[in-house]
Amino acid sequence: MSIISVKGVVTRFGKRTIHDGVSLDVNSNEIFAILGESGSGKSVLLKEIIMLIKPQAGEISVLGYNLNTITYNQAQELRREWGVLFQFGALYSSMSVAQNIEVQIKEYTHIPKNIRQKLVQSKLEMVGLDPQVGSLFPSELSGGMIKRVALARALAMEPKLLFLDEPTSGLDPVGARHFDELIVELRDMLGITVVMITHDLDSIFGIVDNMAILADKKVVASGDIHSVLKSTHPFVEEFFKNEYTKDKFINRLHNV
Amino acid sequence: MKTNHIEIVKNQHQTMLSFKGSWTLPYIEKISKELQRLKLNGNVVVDLSSVSDFDSSGVLLFIDWQERISSSVTLDIIGYTSKQVEMYELLSKTHYTHIPKPKTNLLSDIGKGFVEVIRDIVAFMSFIGELTLSFFHAFAHPKNIRIKETIYHIRHSGFDALVIVAMTSFLVGMVIAYQASVQLAKFGADIYIVDTVGISIVRELGPMITAIVIAGRSGSAYTAEIGAMKITEEIAAMRTMGFDPYAFLVIPRIVALMISLPLLIFFSDVIGILGGMVASSMELSLSSTQFLDRLHEILELKQYLLGMIKGPVFAFVIASVGCFRGMQVSDNTESIGLHTTASVVNSIFLVIAFDALFSVIYTELGL
Repeated sequence: MSIISVKGVVTRFGKRTIHDGVSLDVNSNEIFAILGESGSGKSVLLKEIIMLIKPQAGEISVLGYNLNTITYNQAQELRREWGVLFQFGALYSSMSVAQNIEVQIKEYTHIPKNIRQKLVQSKLEMVGLDPQVGSLFPSELSGGMIKRVALARALAMEPKLLFLDEPTSGLDPVGARHFDELIVELRDMLGITVVMITHDLDSIFGIVDNMAILADKKVVASGDIHSVLKSTHPFVEEFFKNEYTKDKFINRLHNV
Repeated sequence: MKTNHIEIVKNQHQTMLSFKGSWTLPYIEKISKELQRLKLNGNVVVDLSSVSDFDSSGVLLFIDWQERISSSVTLDIIGYTSKQVEMYELLSKTHYTHIPKPKTNLLSDIGKGFVEVIRDIVAFMSFIGELTLSFFHAFAHPKNIRIKETIYHIRHSGFDALVIVAMTSFLVGMVIAYQASVQLAKFGADIYIVDTVGISIVRELGPMITAIVIAGRSGSAYTAEIGAMKITEEIAAMRTMGFDPYAFLVIPRIVALMISLPLLIFFSDVIGILGGMVASSMELSLSSTQFLDRLHEILELKQYLLGMIKGPVFAFVIASVGCFRGMQVSDNTESIGLHTTASVVNSIFLVIAFDALFSVIYTELGL
């Protein structure tokens, strides 16, 4: 069952065309990656799906809502169903880490205070941070910690759908793999669907179920890693079929 | 949802609780109230098989409840799924601690405020010190003077401010003339309106009004611009490239304002007197020829100069406070706002304080 479907999306900034008929489908409970070189419009596509930008043409539906005809109240409801991790965290700098995580819970629910505090701490623990971090402010955090706190915040409302913009960029390799494991664990345990933009080959070969490759303003290849590797598009050739990836990933893929 | 999330069946030996429905965030408040209403003792069996949906808040609520009642009842849990166990284990692993909030009271706030003021003063001294060094450096190496930036800031802080300075000065000139004309008319001393308006505007009001407008307009802009650069680490980047931020950012702004503020003051004097002239022709029927003749008689060049000399001083105060507060911005967006406010408040206060100082000096010198 597809919970996000993008059909024929066209995006233009002035005279520059970013997307010219992009279509893709994300199935429930999968980890879906959007790939492409810089400037291919990955982030723009993600922003269109989460209603930050409106495309010039085409149709996007998320969790059964058509974004072209969605009403204000439906949009507000939809926004509570998902969590978004921004590339640079986008934590509110005037709030402590704990306040950042609980801001939506406080606004939209009336759960008892002690449960709320525990919820915040459990989210911190989930992303591998000490609960004491809760009293720090974003300016006191390292880059990796900001990512983790941002993920904790994205998970705060127990979303069914999680959007991650380059979740592992800026993390150390060990931290990045933990992040991957965490995402798989959350997916299995909470039954959530994950859509992410990534360049991380380990993530792509390790945890991603399906992907769409953006190039030449279109989706040039999609599906799981095996079907993507069949493509002969120059970007796929360059990105997946160089010596490094062949040696490190593809050969191993065939052995399994 | 209308249905309850807990169904109770009691018999002689035990209480059977069947948890039902969605144990997710939207229902947590309701469920927690239901749990609180339960009066339990003895053997309790909890059946989870009818729970349709759950998330970590639901499991946390369950753990919390379990801990609370564990002393008074023996609890059996049946009908759980492996996913629930997984989540339960993950969440009960966490050591929930109470994170204390830092306590504040009036006394500590006063102390903190005092220390902060002292620190600000010390920091401002060192800012002035670094600035002086950069000034000397710039004079020793005239090639390093950023002429282009300076001209850019003259345009933005000086030329672009002409309209607002004109409007403010015109209105103030009119108001002064109106107020004075009522009093002077009582004595039949109508013509002295020219003295009142001319001298007060040229010596005091022109410089002061212009400085206050510029403090609000450019002082705040300097703080915000430099503060934003501080947050995006542009200033750190400049330092690593060997570009002295004082030479590139601070000195051009200060020099630009020191050049443009006296000119703006002159402009403000002219427009202010014009405002006074318009008001006195309306209120006292004083013709513009009479007004200008009298002005020519009483307004010496000295008065102009005494006013204009304040210009560079005010400009230095406004620009250096603006840049200093910008440099103080630390890495969060809120502090840009705080420092911009502080910058404007400080520079307006200092402008008024320096104006008072000038008055004392002029009086002592008999000027």
